[in-house]
Amino acid sequence: MDPQVLSQTLTDSMFVLPAAMLGLFGLAILLTDFFLARNQKSWNSVTAMLGVAFSGGALYEVAHQNRFAFNNSIVIDPFFVFFSALFLTSTALVILLSVRYMEIEREQHGEYYALMLFATIGMMFLACGNDLIVLFIGLETMALAFYVLSGFLRRDRRSNEAAMKYVLIGAFSSGILAYGFSILYGIAGSTNLNDITEAIAKKPANDLMVFIALGAVAAGVFFKIAAVPFHQWAPDVYEGAPTTISAYVSVASKTASFALLLRLFLTVFWPVRAEWLMLVATVAVLSLTLGAFAAITQTNIKRLLAYSSITQVGYILLGLVGSVNKDGSVNRLGLEAVAFYLMVYLFFNTGAFAIVIVLRRKGVIGDDVDDLNGLIHRNPGAAILMLIFLLSLAGIPPTAGFFAKLFVFWSLIQTQHYVLALLAVAYILPAVYYYFRLVAAMFVRESVDPVRPVISLGQWVALGAMVAVTLAAGILPEWWVRVATNSIFIPFGR
Amino acid sequence: MLFSDNHILSTILFTPLVGAIIMLFIPRERADLHRWMGNIFAFLGLLVSLPLIWRFSLDANAPRFQFVQDLSWIPSIGARYSIGIDGLSFLMVLLTTVLGMISIGSSWSAIKKREKEYYILFLLLQTGMLGVFMSLDFVLFYVFWEVMLVPMYFLIGVWGSERRLYAAIKFFLYTLAGSVIMLLAILAIYYNSNPHTFSIKAILESPTPMFSVQLQKWLFWGFFFAFAIKVPMFPFHTWLPDAHTEAPTAGSVILAGVLLKMGTYGFLRFSVPMFPDATNRYRWIMIALSIVAIIYGALVCMMQKDMKKLIAYSSVSHLGFCTLGIFALTPLGLTGSILQQINHGISTGALFLIVGVLYERRHTRLISEFGGLSTPMPNFAAIYMIVTLSSLGMPLLNGFVGEFTILKGVFDVRWQWAAWGVIGVVLGAAYLLWLYQRVMFGNVTNPANENLPDLNWREYATLVPLIVLAFWLGIYPSPIFRVLDTPVQRIVQVVNPGYYTPPPVSAAAAPPPMHIDDAAAPTDARAEVK
Repeated sequence: MDPQVLSQTLTDSMFVLPAAMLGLFGLAILLTDFFLARNQKSWNSVTAMLGVAFSGGALYEVAHQNRFAFNNSIVIDPFFVFFSALFLTSTALVILLSVRYMEIEREQHGEYYALMLFATIGMMFLACGNDLIVLFIGLETMALAFYVLSGFLRRDRRSNEAAMKYVLIGAFSSGILAYGFSILYGIAGSTNLNDITEAIAKKPANDLMVFIALGAVAAGVFFKIAAVPFHQWAPDVYEGAPTTISAYVSVASKTASFALLLRLFLTVFWPVRAEWLMLVATVAVLSLTLGAFAAITQTNIKRLLAYSSITQVGYILLGLVGSVNKDGSVNRLGLEAVAFYLMVYLFFNTGAFAIVIVLRRKGVIGDDVDDLNGLIHRNPGAAILMLIFLLSLAGIPPTAGFFAKLFVFWSLIQTQHYVLALLAVAYILPAVYYYFRLVAAMFVRESVDPVRPVISLGQWVALGAMVAVTLAAGILPEWWVRVATNSIFIPFGR
Repeated sequence: MLFSDNHILSTILFTPLVGAIIMLFIPRERADLHRWMGNIFAFLGLLVSLPLIWRFSLDANAPRFQFVQDLSWIPSIGARYSIGIDGLSFLMVLLTTVLGMISIGSSWSAIKKREKEYYILFLLLQTGMLGVFMSLDFVLFYVFWEVMLVPMYFLIGVWGSERRLYAAIKFFLYTLAGSVIMLLAILAIYYNSNPHTFSIKAILESPTPMFSVQLQKWLFWGFFFAFAIKVPMFPFHTWLPDAHTEAPTAGSVILAGVLLKMGTYGFLRFSVPMFPDATNRYRWIMIALSIVAIIYGALVCMMQKDMKKLIAYSSVSHLGFCTLGIFALTPLGLTGSILQQINHGISTGALFLIVGVLYERRHTRLISEFGGLSTPMPNFAAIYMIVTLSSLGMPLLNGFVGEFTILKGVFDVRWQWAAWGVIGVVLGAAYLLWLYQRVMFGNVTNPANENLPDLNWREYATLVPLIVLAFWLGIYPSPIFRVLDTPVQRIVQVVNPGYYTPPPVSAAAAPPPMHIDDAAAPTDARAEVK
């Protein structure tokens, strides 16, 4: 082998070290799992946390890079680092929340933690892929892990049903996405995003093939982020899957799919931004509408949170709409709003699910709205935390969710989408209405169930971290805004 | 250090918050300790606000905002932690700390469950309200404006009466509906101001109008809903009777006394001086809505069976006077309006306390349940009489000064408007006296009322200060007029410059403008626009 190529490959390997670490530790879990007795399986979570920590360390080493690697098939930029940090944080939080929960479900297995690490690898490649093949493999790695995880409660019919639905719909959406990718390959004769970008930029303004590719890719990604009208799987999967995995799907998988969406829309599809702008705006408004009104009637918290996260997706998509000025130039604030929203959403949405997780105990599933009744008397700490997370989801200050929404509205005003801005603020009202049903249950209604929910140390650590970020980014958001600002990339700017 | 000019406002603002945080760590079983802590911190909050009285400068050449503290907050978006007060917010801050102390004091025996949360939420509410009146930055203002909704939701929803959850969420959603539109208007202000700024101070002090007439129209309506719902002005008032009726006594006092004033404060601070052209253009709508509110509110009061609901509707009528005064756009109208806002806080606050006194004894608020109470409760009857007279505008008491000033200010503009106002005054006297008559006079018809105990010392302690204030403002209101002189003049100069300069018929021979102390006053620039 040519020594120069070899050294190049070795240097490039540095850049996939974060993902490689996760892979190594995931395999280590599968191996060491054999040597653990049935009651020692929770040690697997320690290995998984170590994996996340080492991966985070490796990620720190490649931060501040801005370059391509592996023959332009992956790109290491602040965007990748930011999103990878989000994935790792999310994985760590879910691992902390999982240990006690899986104990109660009597499904404490090594595979669970290994699959979470494997899913994270897939997400990382979604954020750094600069090649259709890499992106597709990343997406499938993530999705396959999630299919298994959502069906992890083997004895629970709802969980099995969730996994089945998720597989079928997921395969369908991946197929559509692959179709879109194949057209892109047909246009450019290359799978590399740089080549495709150039090829599309040279095409005439209204080329039919580009539109078909855009439509197929957009539909595939909208399935993954559960935007209306591609959302039907979400409430069922969220309800049936283990609650930890519901949280994981609603945050990590969604964030990763947004990374894919941003990467594609801001590079290859940037020349047709006028078209995807319409598409994204329509989908966003539909998501806001359906999410808001469907959530009002839910009696299951997990389903309610599923619809609420559909609404949140609507807001994030509106941030994307706000990132293109009327004259077609890029509006940085919109992209910053998307990044900031995704970052803080990770914390408060996982937080809301976390409270449902801690309500689970032997014999009580704890995912009904009535299960929250009188929580303030039974576990005041949990009730106050849930209140903060719900306020943040609704966008009431002083929480991170307020600034997230503020930036979205702001970008819409800057790009003169006044009607969209009005709609966006109007949908806060139904959201407050249904979030406050939960608040009223926790703080006003009396409980018939005298048992106090027990929260393990790991869960307290996760809850503490989430509430700290939700409040910190809501009261003193400066540092968080800067993190989000530094993460974005400008189309054709690098 | 804490009381230096730069920190005094922050001290006032965060004293209740510190109390709330400390109470968070006291076990909930120690209810009495929570009562004490709540009262102590409310009292401390009042105490630290008192130095403002002698440190506030009335000099017309003093800067527009005093005690300004301006710190970096979110530099990336240009939002600052910027607080300061002028004469208007000075009065509102004092009103908040005084009424906050009184309503927390009145809760001592009225609140018998979940004391810990109650006092914590009340203190948080105090911080939120004070923040609204002090903020000089739009983002900060909005944060406080919304933060305050959450504790109020809980005060109504947890400690209210039967339909409390309905009333609480209705209050929340109504107010939020107005606020979110205001949020868009705030962002539009930032985007259209030159240079881009969230600073309320910079926009108010800008020598030339910041916004084009066309934009002003949009912004005016953007802010209008938030404030009109909060006041509440006529078609947006339907949340108020529910919230007032269901809230616990202290909640009603603070709701009527301070929360509603945030709406009128908003008009005075933002809508009128920032969008003067739009204000002049839409003034007739505002006047019409105010007159409807005055008459309609009073008529609805006549029909009420529930004492608390009656007083709630009387607020609609009284606040109608306040908005009427604001949109008269004359110095007398504005001064009277602000004075009347304070009077309303005192009189209506006291009326809610009086209903609370009866409710604690009989657990009902229906007028038909009472009658002849002056026999068992003579001292109560006397105090209630004074409060009634103060509310209906009897000379020597505060209500008279406020209403008279407003009507005088309005009369100068158009006598027909004042005539409608006078009808409102007459109706006000009617429903308040009729209520008094049905509750207090006659024979004791209901045996349950025969042995009602008269006021206890704690009830005196909450009511007497309000009575003293009512007499003081009725007999010697000139300190308030002096405080309001400069801020009102600044507003009128912007929105109604013709008031100070005679009409330009004899422009060349016109005498020099009177009352203009500020050389940079934009009088001439504004006259052309008009």
